[in-house]
Amino acid sequence: MPEANSRVNDFAFKLANVNGTGSASANGLLMQAIFRMGIPVSGKNLFPSNIQGLPTWYEIRVNKDGRTSRALDYDLIVAMNAQTYARDIQEVRAGGYLLFDSSWPLDKGVQRPDVTFLGVPLAQLCVEHFREPRERILMKNIAYAGSLIALLDIEMSVVEELLQETYGKKKALLESNQKALKLGYDFAKQNFECPLALRVQKMNANGDKILIDGNTATALGALYAGCTVAAWYPITPATSVMESFKSLCERYRKDPKTGKNNFAILQAEDELAAIGIVIGAGWAGARAFTSTAGPGISLMNEFLGLAYYAEIPAVLVDVQRVGPSTGMPTRTQQADLLLCAYASHGDTKHILLFPAHPAECFEFAVTSFDLAEKFQTPVILMSDLDIGMNDWVVPRLTWDDSYKPERGRVLSPEQIEKLGHFHRYADEDEYFVTPRTLPGVSAKGAFLTRGSGHNRLGGYTELPDEYQAVVDRLAEKHRAAARFIPPPVIDSSRSSKGKGKGKGRTSFSLVTLGGCDAAVREALDLLGQRGIHGDYMRIRGFPFGAEVEAFLNVHDFNYIVEQNRDHQLKSLITLETGVPKEKLKSLLFYAGFPLSAGQVVEGLLSAMGKPDGEPTRGLGGMPEALSGAEG
Amino acid sequence: MPSISKPIAAPPGSQRNDVGLTVRDYEGAMSTLCAGCGHDSITAALIRALWELSIQPHRIAKMSGIGCSSKTPTYFASGAHGFNSVHGRMPAVATGAAAANRELHYIGISGDGDSLSIGLGQMSHAIRRNVRMLYVIENNGVYGLTKGQFSASADVGSKLKKGEENQMAPIDPVFLGLSIGATFVARSFSGDKQQLVPILKAALKHRGLALVDVISPCVTFNDHEGSTKSYLYTRKHERPVAHADLVPPAEEISASIGAKGVTTIAMHDGSRVRFSAVPEGYDPGDRAKVFQYLQEHQTQGMIPTGLLYLNESVPDMHERNNTNDTPLVQVPFESLCPGSGALEELMEDFR
Repeated sequence: MPEANSRVNDFAFKLANVNGTGSASANGLLMQAIFRMGIPVSGKNLFPSNIQGLPTWYEIRVNKDGRTSRALDYDLIVAMNAQTYARDIQEVRAGGYLLFDSSWPLDKGVQRPDVTFLGVPLAQLCVEHFREPRERILMKNIAYAGSLIALLDIEMSVVEELLQETYGKKKALLESNQKALKLGYDFAKQNFECPLALRVQKMNANGDKILIDGNTATALGALYAGCTVAAWYPITPATSVMESFKSLCERYRKDPKTGKNNFAILQAEDELAAIGIVIGAGWAGARAFTSTAGPGISLMNEFLGLAYYAEIPAVLVDVQRVGPSTGMPTRTQQADLLLCAYASHGDTKHILLFPAHPAECFEFAVTSFDLAEKFQTPVILMSDLDIGMNDWVVPRLTWDDSYKPERGRVLSPEQIEKLGHFHRYADEDEYFVTPRTLPGVSAKGAFLTRGSGHNRLGGYTELPDEYQAVVDRLAEKHRAAARFIPPPVIDSSRSSKGKGKGKGRTSFSLVTLGGCDAAVREALDLLGQRGIHGDYMRIRGFPFGAEVEAFLNVHDFNYIVEQNRDHQLKSLITLETGVPKEKLKSLLFYAGFPLSAGQVVEGLLSAMGKPDGEPTRGLGGMPEALSGAEG
Repeated sequence: MPSISKPIAAPPGSQRNDVGLTVRDYEGAMSTLCAGCGHDSITAALIRALWELSIQPHRIAKMSGIGCSSKTPTYFASGAHGFNSVHGRMPAVATGAAAANRELHYIGISGDGDSLSIGLGQMSHAIRRNVRMLYVIENNGVYGLTKGQFSASADVGSKLKKGEENQMAPIDPVFLGLSIGATFVARSFSGDKQQLVPILKAALKHRGLALVDVISPCVTFNDHEGSTKSYLYTRKHERPVAHADLVPPAEEISASIGAKGVTTIAMHDGSRVRFSAVPEGYDPGDRAKVFQYLQEHQTQGMIPTGLLYLNESVPDMHERNNTNDTPLVQVPFESLCPGSGALEELMEDFR
């Protein structure tokens, strides 16, 4: 065995499948089994926008040190897709393995002498042991999982336990899965030297961590925040936010006495209506949200301006995908940043939150509702496909029962009674927020909400000074919100390592947001091994707090790592802070796949040699094989 | 301007309703619409209907989009919250508000541009959802605020002031509503308060979305010869189909059920709608017959008006959703948040 691959709990493998053939359950089973063995693991599903027949990949990275970003070196590839077979083989690293279905002879033209080929007659085994045509196809996946269990030394008892939990109540399915698993397992045991040098070994690194996707965690946040009204229009990759929210509500939101729903989830006719419903509900006093992706945000722009100007709380979850236009619905990007920051015509600015992983999706979802009501304005939770739809190992979600929802300045009937007159946009507090009243409460607190020009009293106006007083306060209010945005995560420990190595050494940092977190931190470690020491900041929301600006200012160069073509985070920093432009450089990865540390290292090394101002663009780790996949 | 206030002193002896309020208490700011605008007559009818039903003003929510029609929430029930939202999007905002607080009386005021062009989708889906609300279309066939372009309800052959003739088929909200499951469909005329007030009252009692299309002539841009939405044309072609009266639960119905030309439909709250002078063969509870009648008469150039179709047996949005009777805005947070114990348990699903 080549030394390079003799690694326990430190390798990556990739499963190349045809979508719609049932590979997801087999791949998920492998990932979950490794997770249960206490080993840090991450899975990335690279899937097409299609129901059946196109190439799909699932990557699993096992890393004892907890590195979760996407690995681009594959020690093993399971090649189950004839369409991509030739390209998949090229991606195995030298000395690695390729598991293939040996029911048919291999194409001689695609051999590689530096790769060990492991042939398992998967189709043949399944044809011999299963009768239904559909089952023969589905069970091939479970059979290769069985072979991998033997080859990688995954504990069979853990897998068996998972199968019981998944199919416990469906006896026939359980038996089929067990049978297929054993077929692949036994074949590998009898024909290969198991385990490979490449293998897993039980650890206790996961403690009581959980395996969860960001969309589910976001839905949980909405549930715990006390959201009662939700409206949505189906869209990839946001759909599962609302599906999760619905199933959570069915489970936890039935009135114990009447069995009736303490929630209303409305599937709207389009995103325009979805955000309209949310705004109507927010106006009436409910916590309400919608989940969508870029195309939905585009449609919601008009309403976002209304909510901003009329000052109505609303929470939007934007699970970003690749744009522009329809773009690539099943690929990931962070390219809605500027659209969301300034959504709608006229002078508008919104509060944005940038979670990096599912645990923050949960936490920030709750924060979104608090901020929306405190500042009476839309808040957009900027997730993305990688965070939202992939399973992540994160700390167990916890809840503090002393939490009280921040309802903002909503006047009670008693408070209204005490007022001489109620004026909607007067009497601002230190955060430039004015009190509001809810419909149905009191005739004295009644007013007409409008998106047309209005004065401090809430009345219609076309007078210059009256108009300006209100919009100026809105700008102040947005600035005031910066103090309530989750502060950036800053790590300045690395640069200190290089201290004393001579005066005049330039300092640099890597700055990023959202799901790039793991890759950028890993990249800094890798760079550190080469003697290049940089600091780290992950920005977690907009408007930017003072810490963000201070951090950027103390570094000679800040490389902003983000997943969009037009350096949108860098632009937003340039527009909204006083940081000199010369201090900001860009590392851009926007081809649609989750970021890997290797890309960041390569990008930074090449950027460091570049003239000022020129952004460095990465290719996003896209296998060439993908170019043939039209959806 | 709406800021022009009316004298608030009530004339002596003005009558008080069951909640001790006079008609004046249901008024709003001074209208800024053109003198003679049909919309102001509708506002007056609404004020009357709300007063007669003794609805507390603060339990009303006035919803609108953009356009002349959408300005009217300012002109009635100043003790009620109002929401003048964005063009064509009132139905969604009203749906959301109704989802959050099911106890208020939602009154959506829209126009033919707001509802039949830019907002056609939203109106249609609010109808399908059967949101409990009164949905008034102040229909004048023309865009007023932008100075006189055709709207989608303009009839074929109808002319603009400068003579331009509409050649496209109109979108008729009555036919549209009937075809997509509307449970309350009425058409009236702003100049016929006698007919309109009882329709609005029945609409406010309806178990779902009550669609009330009111022909409301635009005196400035569409009240000339050649227009089919003018006062003159409407008066000439209007054919009241039946007269509908809302009879409160406690009251006896004077004419016996089954009398010729009389039919009654029970409302969900125990009141009844009594239809009188119903033409032979017409049944306001039979969608197919209503459709047929309207088709026959409209083809002949007539404008049938009245409470045309009523079905109280269809569940509204909340009934379909099985929403708690307590408005969602009033459910305490403690009942909404499952708490730390439940989360700890739930986390086992993610192990």
